[in-house]
Amino acid sequence: MSGLLGKDLLGLEYLTAEQITQVLDTAVPLKEISERAIKKVPTLRGATVVNLFFEASTRTRISFEFAEKRMSADTVNVASAGSSVSKGETLVDTARNLEAMRIDMVVIRHGSSGAARFLAERIESNVINAGDGTHEHPTQGLLDLLTLRDRFGDLRGKRVCICGDVLHSRVARSNIWGLTKLGAEVAVCGPRSLLPNAMEEFNVTIFDRIEQAIEWADALNILRLQLERMQAGHIPSLREYNRVFGVTRERLERAPRDILILHPGPMNRGVEIDSDVADGPHSVILDQVTNGVAVRMAVLYLLAGHNPKLAAAAKGGA
Amino acid sequence: MSAPVVIRGGRIIDPSANTDTVGDLLLQDGVVRSVGDRLGAIDGAIEIDATGRVVSPGFVDVHCHLREPGREDVETIATGAAAAAAGGFTAVCAMPNTDPVTDNQAAVGFVKRQGEAARQARVYPIGAITIGQKGERLAEFGEMVGAGAVAVSDDGKPVVSAQMMRSALEYARTFNIPVADHCEDPTLAAGGAMNEGFISARLGLKGIPAEAEEIMAIRDILLARLTGGHVHLCHMSTVGSVELIRWGKERGIRVTAEVCPHHLSLTEDAVEGYDTNAKMNPPLRTAKDVEALQQAVKDGTIDVIATDHAPHHYDEKEREFSDAPNGIIGLETALAVNITWLVKRGVVDVRTLIEKMSCAPARLFGLPGGTFAKGALGDVTVFDPTAEWKVDAATFRSKGRNTPYRGHTLTGRVDATVVGGRVVFQRGE
Repeated sequence: MSGLLGKDLLGLEYLTAEQITQVLDTAVPLKEISERAIKKVPTLRGATVVNLFFEASTRTRISFEFAEKRMSADTVNVASAGSSVSKGETLVDTARNLEAMRIDMVVIRHGSSGAARFLAERIESNVINAGDGTHEHPTQGLLDLLTLRDRFGDLRGKRVCICGDVLHSRVARSNIWGLTKLGAEVAVCGPRSLLPNAMEEFNVTIFDRIEQAIEWADALNILRLQLERMQAGHIPSLREYNRVFGVTRERLERAPRDILILHPGPMNRGVEIDSDVADGPHSVILDQVTNGVAVRMAVLYLLAGHNPKLAAAAKGGA
Repeated sequence: MSAPVVIRGGRIIDPSANTDTVGDLLLQDGVVRSVGDRLGAIDGAIEIDATGRVVSPGFVDVHCHLREPGREDVETIATGAAAAAAGGFTAVCAMPNTDPVTDNQAAVGFVKRQGEAARQARVYPIGAITIGQKGERLAEFGEMVGAGAVAVSDDGKPVVSAQMMRSALEYARTFNIPVADHCEDPTLAAGGAMNEGFISARLGLKGIPAEAEEIMAIRDILLARLTGGHVHLCHMSTVGSVELIRWGKERGIRVTAEVCPHHLSLTEDAVEGYDTNAKMNPPLRTAKDVEALQQAVKDGTIDVIATDHAPHHYDEKEREFSDAPNGIIGLETALAVNITWLVKRGVVDVRTLIEKMSCAPARLFGLPGGTFAKGALGDVTVFDPTAEWKVDAATFRSKGRNTPYRGHTLTGRVDATVVGGRVVFQRGE
């Protein structure tokens, strides 16, 4: 099976602007399915999808599962704990065994960068990267793009600042590629100890102070600050992080324009984002979650070889 | 007594004696008897036709991992020594990061005996600097040298403590052996999987900055200045290291340095696609580093080219990039990589390459060989500097298949390798 996206979705770096736009366009009509009383279309009936999660995940795993089920795919969830992985089976053996049971797609979340590609090169099934190490999280990037597009219409010339731990963030990388390709201006803001040394080479603006980012941006995508970063010596304390980099209502009130607030979750309220902001009028954080299901339905649909132009018709049961 | 060997009609190049002549080479009773003179028929001699070939003192590799004892599934001293012979090496120095660590005279003796039993390339053991390579207590250099060790190293790991490195350099002076250090600041390099830069940032792999190597390189150079000991810096990979070595040499400090063929030819670009056969430590760096290292070979800042031959099992490399082990095999590709990237492109001539692969390593590590002086060891490498071949790891004598040159077409091929007047490798037609 291969269509618009090819065999796999490994990262937004590897997609063209046209491909990204088509995924987003495909997701739009699919949104409506989740608003129905009977949230199901038969589009992927008979297809078997394995959700292979080697890392803990709630939101992404459930979102994929809903997307698969609402398209009528048969789904199996495999978590590393309680599977043969915990007995030392290699990734490639796990995948080959699954494939021997005749599956069609694998959704993989893994702690090692490149794991999704590694798998994709070794099995025939379609592979969807649901987050690989600190590399990419393409469906998160796509749902962020869809959420921004819903509000802005067109991303060209819009200014989006990604805030926080860019160094360890796969969400940041997928956002940088996706936003850049769709013509947005991209900046990052965070302590230099949490930005890659080669950050400039991504062609993004760097702000050392959150106040500068707020003055500049149309939207902030605020990354989760992993608590381990403090132990590893990247930052001195969560308290100081909030004081220097936290997105607070007071800071946003000084902005020259309304700023859209995104966060991939899970949030550390009171660290990178204050509750006033997370629950405030410009927060689209829950829209992101809603869009996540539609975007993943679109990716499944396209990888299964369906025509993007027929997505609207698929709602009816094509 | 083995039969005499006559190598006829080759271009005999021996930088140690300033020889570059077309003629015959005669080996008898395991040593060099005659260099360059045209010889008539010799009764019972083994003939090697070297027309159009280069006849060089046998190559000497001061840095390889033969994995025995401990990982005989990935290489043994016998298979490693056979791979060395096939790559034109008549002598190799085996690093001590075996299991158990080669850190005492019994272990050193074992490596030496296994090498002798293999009857391929000569195998010279390198002993550990510290017991168990733990960096805590000096190993018994004297006993190890007595059992055949030619140098000490904790390679695979740096000697973290400056005080320990100081002691090692001082203590090694008694035995006149080099202390070979793997230069890496372990805190800066921790968790790193490739060179730090834009590619590592894009791929989401933790980077190892050049400074992790350079900080240790300059520390070692300064400790050599302090102690008067001979520090040998393993597998140098950065432009900064080259500058630091140059600084040390200009001041007469006893620092010598090696570079590996892969750091002279490949860049971090090879990691794209998460190819675990491009994963090694130190990592592949940038084009600027490669250029500086090539120039350092040319101008003498870098003394020797060593392989850092590091076989790994297929299964260990066939996995997620960050979990795959560091290292690639190199014995059977070293000559061709060096010719392809250095000689063919005009960076150095064949004579300089022989100096870096044979004379200098033998001299720096105090080994016999690296010369055709009359009565010298009959260790000879015959190679064709223009033959092209496609790398197929399946044909290698090493058990390792982990090479980033797989499928590459390289120039330069070994035709015959002679150790102590005995032909240990000869390419079939």
